[in-house]
This record gives sequence, structure tokens and C-alpha cells, in this order.
Amino acid sequence: MSSRIPGHGGLVNSSKPLTFQFNGKELEGFQGDTLASALLANNQLLIGRSFKYHRPRGLVASGAEEPNGLVGLGEANSFEPNARATTTELFDGLVSCSQNHWPSLEFDIGYVNNYLSSLLPAGFYYKTFIHPRPAWKYIFEPIIRKSAGLGKPTKGKDPDKYEHFYAYVDVLIVGGGISGLYSAKVAAKSGARVLLIEQTPHLGGQASIDNPLIDQGSIAKWITELTKELEGMNNVTIKARTVGVGVYDHGYSLAYERLTDHELNLNGSRHRLWKIRAKQIITATGAIERPLSFANNDVPGVMLASAVRNYLTNYGVSIGDRTVVVTNNDDAYRTAISLKNAGLSVPLIIDSRPSGAGELAKTARDLGIRIENGKAISIVHGKDRVKGISLCDQVGSGTVLEEISCDAVAMSGGWSPVVHLWSHCGGKLNWDNELCAFRPDTQLPPTGVNGLACLSVVGSANGDLLIDDILRVTYEVTLRVIKELGLETNEAPLPSTKGIKENSISAVWKMPYGASTKLKSKTWLDFQNDVKVTDVELAAQEGFESVEHAKRYTTLGMATDQGKLSNINGLAILSESLHKDIPSVGTTTFRPPYSPISMGSIAGEARSELFQPIRKTPMHDWHDKHGAKWEPVGHWLRPYCYVQKGESVKQAVFREVTACRNKVGVLDASTLGKIMVRGKDSGKFLDMIYTNMMSNLKLGKCRYGLICSENGFLIDDGVVARIDENSYLCHTTSGGAENIHSMMEEWLQTEWWDFEVYVTNVTEQFSQITVVGENARRVLEKLGCSKICSDSLPFMGWVDEKVFGVDVRVYRISFSGELSFEISVPSNKGLFLWNEILSLEKEFGITPYGTEALHVMRAEKGFIMIGDETDGTVIPQDLGLDWALSKKKNDYIGKRAHQRLYMSNPERWKLVGLESTDGSVIPEGAYAIGLGENEVGQKVTIGRVTSTYYSPTLKKGIALGLVAYGPDRLGETIQFPTLTNSVVEAKIVSPIFYDPDGFKQNV
Amino acid sequence: MLLLNCPYCNLSCEETEFQAGGQAHLKRQSVGSSDQEFESYLFARKNPKGVHFERWQHVNGCGKWFHIARSTVTLEIFGSYSAQTLSPPKQIRVNINKKLPEWRWESSK
Ligand SMILES: [Zn+2]
Repeated sequence: MSSRIPGHGGLVNSSKPLTFQFNGKELEGFQGDTLASALLANNQLLIGRSFKYHRPRGLVASGAEEPNGLVGLGEANSFEPNARATTTELFDGLVSCSQNHWPSLEFDIGYVNNYLSSLLPAGFYYKTFIHPRPAWKYIFEPIIRKSAGLGKPTKGKDPDKYEHFYAYVDVLIVGGGISGLYSAKVAAKSGARVLLIEQTPHLGGQASIDNPLIDQGSIAKWITELTKELEGMNNVTIKARTVGVGVYDHGYSLAYERLTDHELNLNGSRHRLWKIRAKQIITATGAIERPLSFANNDVPGVMLASAVRNYLTNYGVSIGDRTVVVTNNDDAYRTAISLKNAGLSVPLIIDSRPSGAGELAKTARDLGIRIENGKAISIVHGKDRVKGISLCDQVGSGTVLEEISCDAVAMSGGWSPVVHLWSHCGGKLNWDNELCAFRPDTQLPPTGVNGLACLSVVGSANGDLLIDDILRVTYEVTLRVIKELGLETNEAPLPSTKGIKENSISAVWKMPYGASTKLKSKTWLDFQNDVKVTDVELAAQEGFESVEHAKRYTTLGMATDQGKLSNINGLAILSESLHKDIPSVGTTTFRPPYSPISMGSIAGEARSELFQPIRKTPMHDWHDKHGAKWEPVGHWLRPYCYVQKGESVKQAVFREVTACRNKVGVLDASTLGKIMVRGKDSGKFLDMIYTNMMSNLKLGKCRYGLICSENGFLIDDGVVARIDENSYLCHTTSGGAENIHSMMEEWLQTEWWDFEVYVTNVTEQFSQITVVGENARRVLEKLGCSKICSDSLPFMGWVDEKVFGVDVRVYRISFSGELSFEISVPSNKGLFLWNEILSLEKEFGITPYGTEALHVMRAEKGFIMIGDETDGTVIPQDLGLDWALSKKKNDYIGKRAHQRLYMSNPERWKLVGLESTDGSVIPEGAYAIGLGENEVGQKVTIGRVTSTYYSPTLKKGIALGLVAYGPDRLGETIQFPTLTNSVVEAKIVSPIFYDPDGFKQNV
Repeated sequence: MLLLNCPYCNLSCEETEFQAGGQAHLKRQSVGSSDQEFESYLFARKNPKGVHFERWQHVNGCGKWFHIARSTVTLEIFGSYSAQTLSPPKQIRVNINKKLPEWRWESSK
């Protein structure tokens, strides 16, 4: 069983016990434990179930690469699924649970899949569930979704805070092992600003476990002193619990810091996402040990040799009492030696290499450990926990030579440099046959904006495993990096070290070499996703020869650990099956993030009211106080209507429309886009921007204009006013101001840069109030306007006035069909003017109205609305706006596009009015059907509804729509099926429902 | 996240300050152009493995449009220059040829 060994464990403080929960059980650990080490100390080896076969799974690793140890953490809305037990620091009161099992961890019904494994081969989703088609949706998928899958997310709102943080440094160093620390010292001594990040809470990395001699002293002392020295330098920042998750174009780096996860009830933000610009990046991200592929290598108790050593040395936890070590390299001998020195039993070291290990083998032998060279594990025995192994020759098919009883297996298949960050932004890899691993190709590094290397690798991430090489290369690389920055130093000399020489690793991708299919079908490559050697072989056999295809077919490396343990082993099996060498098969693409980060950290502060800015008009608070039901329009909030006491929204809109049609209404139209176009070529420029002529517009006059894209599609509309000889004020839609302003700038800067024109978006500089209805003129006269009679201010004209000493501009334009004035006033006087108008409320029966009444009234008049009648595929001709397309002008944006054949196709759907025969409101977005079916058996559609309202004026449903040959079919009836399988009949009518001759607006 | 140099601000800024505007040095086709010329102007874009000329706007900065020459392979940026020109200036071409001696400017017709 796994247990705590008193007197061991450099990181735990046995005088500080902590209590935590796992699956409802109260357990005890120590300060300094990880959740993983504390569970192991409590003999909780079984930690989860595998994804597909629900096989019992124990911890395999001790760090971020752990594939099995996924748990749920916390409670209620702070619950976090899929957290790694190995990277979760223990604290008093921690609550955790296992996942992916039903009904319990110990007894899981899904384990039946294990016996069905021959029915669930690679690609089984694609193969098995294809026929019959409906069965997938209704039978297979719901069952699979329930039985497969990881932890469940919470449903409530995340109560924690998250933040983003920006850092600009000379050198970013990722990884706080000895190479990262030493690199930081060299860089810092040169005067560079250094940021060093380390994913764990502790600096020192693997060396602090293996404890090689350095400068004739212990490495632990060297690490402590170096850390202290670095912390004392004000050009150095060190951040623990911070993982480098990605490197992007031009060396932009992301790091993820966990601020409060390691204790209960810590204040402040929970996670911080660092966005880092470093002039140079050095990754010292270490290496990850690989599993060996032998039968039943997934039984709880089989663990990476380095993890066994780590749990023992750092946490004083033994995985078993009798541990068999199996390896193809020298490093695993350290595990055997550590275990033996701690008083534990190591019955055997199995070394696949016929010639075995170097100096470390001698040390092991001297301790009395039996070593068998050229041997292998044929199969592991045990179901929920290792009971023993069968020994066999590495050469051959696995004939059992000897049964050895044990309760743990420490395996080592060699080390893979962590090259993720190097690869994220384009660094290339070389296969190193000597090391049996991919390592960075230093000739093809990731490059920055200047085309030169922006990222370098040091330490075991570079494939250097011996301490002498690690520090020497770190020194050389860091000196080269700071030289790029124009810096140098001789104040960080290379420490003296003497590493233990090791024999080279041998490539062992299968154990034994000739393992039978029976053994291989129990040999796991990807523990989390349940991918076995036979699955990858099958993929190759079925033609999935590309590594990217084989990955997706088998799901190898697609779990939350992203194949940190499994990728190289799987790749080797694939290349073997294809009879190719590993480099020619290549690796799958490394993509950020290196390890999972919280969604909260990505969102950062951008949640709720901070998600996006809200634009408010100067009258916003007034609207809010007077019952405004808000409608978002772009980033603006506009009153949809003002709901009075005892009134429904529908009734409010009804009341507002009726008031405008019979008395007078006022609208806050401040959001309307306003772009000032000035300069001697303004007219010429606007003639290109608008489809109609603007240059001949008279001073004091307004004209409705259309703007198309170069593709010919209608994108915006609005009224243009000629202000003076060289100035025009262009009104745009509320949502379109920024786009149209940007479009104008683009054409001026990139095409017609010889035009003398200046455009300014003055939308927010002016408030605009629309006064609408029969009494409108009287209201303005009362305010003191003197030039607004129909002679001095005819329809589509404007005048300057003074109201209570404030300069205003009055435009006589109408979007409602009523007598209508739009009063423009500097924004700081917007609320003042609004209040002055509303003070006349009683006298004239003034009713404030919102956007819905505006929309209803414009629809009654058949005026189009950008975004309703247009959708990016509609041209002005479709809307009967041919009159606004200048024939006199040689060119305008969209003119050439309108000459394309399809634009004059008579079958294009065209604007009409629609009236349901029963007076009801036709459903929004409804499509009209014609006779016959299309090539996929759907009913032919002949038109659609673009706007549909109940008209309080006409007391019936009215709609605008686009219908094939619509204008030629006035009086015909067409059918609109609804979502409830009924059909609404509608008559095609003129789109102008109300006051077609315009008497009301021209008074 | 590219680092772009706005030639108007003369500042190196993050890509998020900018808006990409696609291929540079297109010749506008309008009334009088053939269907094929117009189609090509609207839709056909180069997708080179190598040097690409691009339009960018410093939209969250000074608002100016400019051009850059960029390697689509290494992401190296050979320089940025005014959008108010019909072909890349000499200095940009020299910068490119320093790294890619074989490269020659070909204007789009
Ligand atoms: Zn700029």
C-alpha cells in the first residue's frame, strides 16, 4: 500500500497537519503536500476511471503531465472540474471528489466496457454508430455522452474574480529549475530586466530531487542562495505558481498565475493571465518522463520512476512497499537507490538494455539491489492495484521467465524535452537518435519581428540531461541572448559540477519487442483517452498514415493532458507500423495552452457590466426615470418605449404611436450618426460615397442618400445636409456611424488621397431631438423658433435658431410621415432642451416615444430600415430605390457592381407591403412558399418578411417583405407557413400603408 | 500577436491596436472594367508563401492606413510605409532583398 514515511519529504511540514475531504471522507495531510501526495499518503491510490473503458486509474505522474489524477475541487459555484491532483496544493478544508464513474469510484458500471473492448476499437464512433442514422441522435449519443466525459461544470455564476496583467521585460525565463535560475542570474547580472516564472510553488525543479553536487556543496543550498540573490535584485521578478502557457506571433507570451487556489478564503483575484512582451524569451521548461509500453501498464501502482522518486523525496510518500523498477535508461536507477535508502524493498531493476547502466548500476548493486539486463515486463498483475509482474526477455514475444510479486512498478521510458513553447511560434524540431527524443533544432528557432531568433531553450528542455551540460549550455545561450540586447556580463561564472556519466538510452517502444496482440491490446499509450498500442496499429493499417489523422482517429493525445506522456510513444508505434522512421512521420502540432487554464482567466475583468462599454445619451437618466424599456443598438442603449404604470409594453407602443399620429411625440435621436465632411473636394467625394448626387445639394437643404459597398449591396442610409460651400453633415444609422466614418477615411487615405477632404465623426458632440406630429410646429414656436414656417423652412430644409440662448439647428425631415423637426443641439445642452420641451407636455400633449414606435411609424410609411430590409445581399433596386441611383454620375461606390448580370435579374425578390388576410401580425422572418420543391425536396420559397408589426394607426397587422416579382403581383395572395404548422395568408400590397401622398409631412 | 510599426506614430505596437485591410497595391476597377477584371478586384487575392504586402490601419491609435511588407513564412516584417503609393518604396525592396536576394517586385495588373 502507499503510505507516509516519517522523516522523509523535503517539502512537507509534518508538524502542520491539515484536514481535507475526498469523496466525502475526512483525510489528513501535511502543509506542503499536493492533493496527490496527500491522497497517496492515505493509501488512496485509485483516483478515477478511464474515459472509455472505465478502468480503474491511479496517479502516474507527479506534475502537470498527470493524465489520470483529475478531480473536482471546491463546492457550489466555486466548484472546478478536471483539476489535476498533482498540481493542487493542499490546504486545510480542501474539498475534492473523483469523476467519470457511476455509481461510485470503487464500483463502476461502465467497467463493463472493458470486457467489450474488442467491440470498441479505434474510430469506433465513426464505425459503429453510422447506421441506422436516427439511432445516433436518439440512442447512441445520449448513452455515450452519459458514460464518457469528464467532470461536470457548475451551472451558477462564478463568484471569483480574475484579472489580466501586462508585462514588458527584456528577458522572460519560463521555468525555475536550475537552468532557469542560472539563466536568470546571467541575464540579470548584465542589467537586463528579467521575469522568471515557475509553474510549481517551488524553485529548483528536478535537480532538487536528484541533489547533484555543485560548487562542492549541496544543490539545495545553491538553489536557496541563488533564489535569495535574485530576489534581492530590483531588475528581477520571480513568479511561482505561474505557468507559461503559450508563445504566439513575434514572441507574444501568455502566462497563467494561480493566486488564491492554494489556500481557503484568500482574498483578491483568483487567477491572473499575464500578457508578456519580452525582447527575448528563454524556455527552461524541463523534460517529461515517458511511460513504457507493457501489458497492463495502466494498473494503479504503475507509476513513472521520477514520480515515485518525487513523492518519496519531496513528500515522504511511498507508492508501495515492494517496487519493481523497469527502465531503458540510467535515470530510473536513482529511483531504486532512493527507495532502497529509505528502507523500502526493491526486488528488481529490469533494464531492457543488454549492457545495462553505468555508474548508477554499481551504486544499486552495492545496495544489494538485483538487476536484470536485457529483460522486460511481460504483463502486470492486479486490477485495482499492482500485485506482481511477469518477467520476460526484451527480445521475444513475452514468454514468462519468472513471476515477481510487488505492489508498485516504477517505469522509465526516457525523457522528452518540453518543446511546446518552442514549437508554438514556429520553432522546428530534430529527432535525436541518441536521446530518443525530439529536441529543438537551434538552426530553425522561432523568430521575432526582425526575422531573428526570439526564443532560446536551455536545460533538459533542450535535451541536455547531465548537470554539467545543462549549466554550460545555459551559460552560453544566455550570454548569446543578452548580447542580442547589447548587454554582457562576467559576474555569473559557470559553477563547477561533476555529473554522473550515464550509458545511453535504448529505444524501447514496446515491451517486449515482439509482444503478442493479446499483450498489446492491454498496453496503454494514452491513459486518459484509453488508447492502446493495438489502436494505433489499427489506425495505421486502415490508412490513417498522417500523424494528424491517426491522432484524431484514435483520440491519442486529445485528452486534457494533450498527450504530454503519450505522444512520442504513440508516434513511435505509428512509425513502426508504417515501417518509417520517426522523423519522417513527424509530430502533431503543438498548440497553446501548454496546460489548461480557467475560462475565467481568459475573460478577466470583462464580465457583466464591464463586458463592453455602454454608450448613453445625455438624456439617458431621464429615460431611465420615466420607465424606459431599454434596447441595445450597437453599443448604445435606447428607450424601446416608456412603460407607464399599469401598462404593458405593447400598450405603451400603441399609446406612443397614437400620440405621434394625433398630437405630438418627442424622440431622443441623439444616437443618430453624424459625420462632418469638409474641404473643397467634399462634394466630389460624397458623389463617390453616395449612390445619388450630393454635390448639387443647395445650401440649407437636406437629401436622403444611400451608401453601397463596392459589391453593390446597400450598407447604410441617411439624410445629408449641405452646411456651407465646403461642408456637408452626413447622418448615418445609429449603429453605422463608426463604420461609415471608417469607410470614408479608408477611401480618402488609400484611394483618393489627392482629394482635399476632412471627415470627423461628431455623433457624440450633438444631441438630437425629434419633434413629431400635427402640433410639432407649435411646440417649436413656443420654444422661440422663428424661421420654421413652411415657407422659410420647407420639407427637407434646415435653419439655425436660438432657443433660450442656445444655438440649435432645426432639420425638417421625417421618418414617420408626420410633420417633423429634428433639433440638433450641443450635447451638453441636450438634457436642458429635452426638459424645456417636456415642460410643454400638458399644453401640447407631448408624448416621449421610443424606438419601437419609430419603427412602427416608418413601416406604416414603407420606409426601409438598414438591417431589417437589408441583410448584406440586398441592393437598392430590390427596395424600389432606383430613383436614388444617379444616372448622371460616371462612378460611385457600387456602380460597377450594379452592372453585373445578376443584379438586374428580374427574379430578385423585391420590396412589397404585406397584409394578412385575417388582420393578424405575420410572424417575423416568415418565408413565403411557392409551388413545387427544390433539388433537396424542400418547398420552394418565393419571398420573406423583413419587418412586421401591429399598426395602431390602421388597427391591423402590416408587414414589409421581399417577394419574387412582388411589385408586379399587387393584390395576389401568398402563403406563409408558421413554426406551428399553420399557414398565414397575406395579400401583396403597396409598401406605403399610410398617407401615400405625404399630406401630413408637408403641412 | 504581431508587432507592427505605424510609420505615422513611429511606434511599435501590438496587433490589437490595428485593423488588417488585406492585400495592398490593388488597383480599383470600376465602370468600364471587364467582368473578369472586376471580379478579380473584388475577390481574387494573392496568398503567397513568402513576401506579402498588406494594408493595416492604426485604428486604435492615429487612425492612419499604411502598408507593410511581411513574410508569411517567418512573419518577419521588412518595413512599413505610406499607403499613398502605388508600389513599395525602394528601401522596402532593399530590405527584402537583403534576406531574399531572389525576390522581385511584381505589381498586380
Ligand atoms: Zn499611428
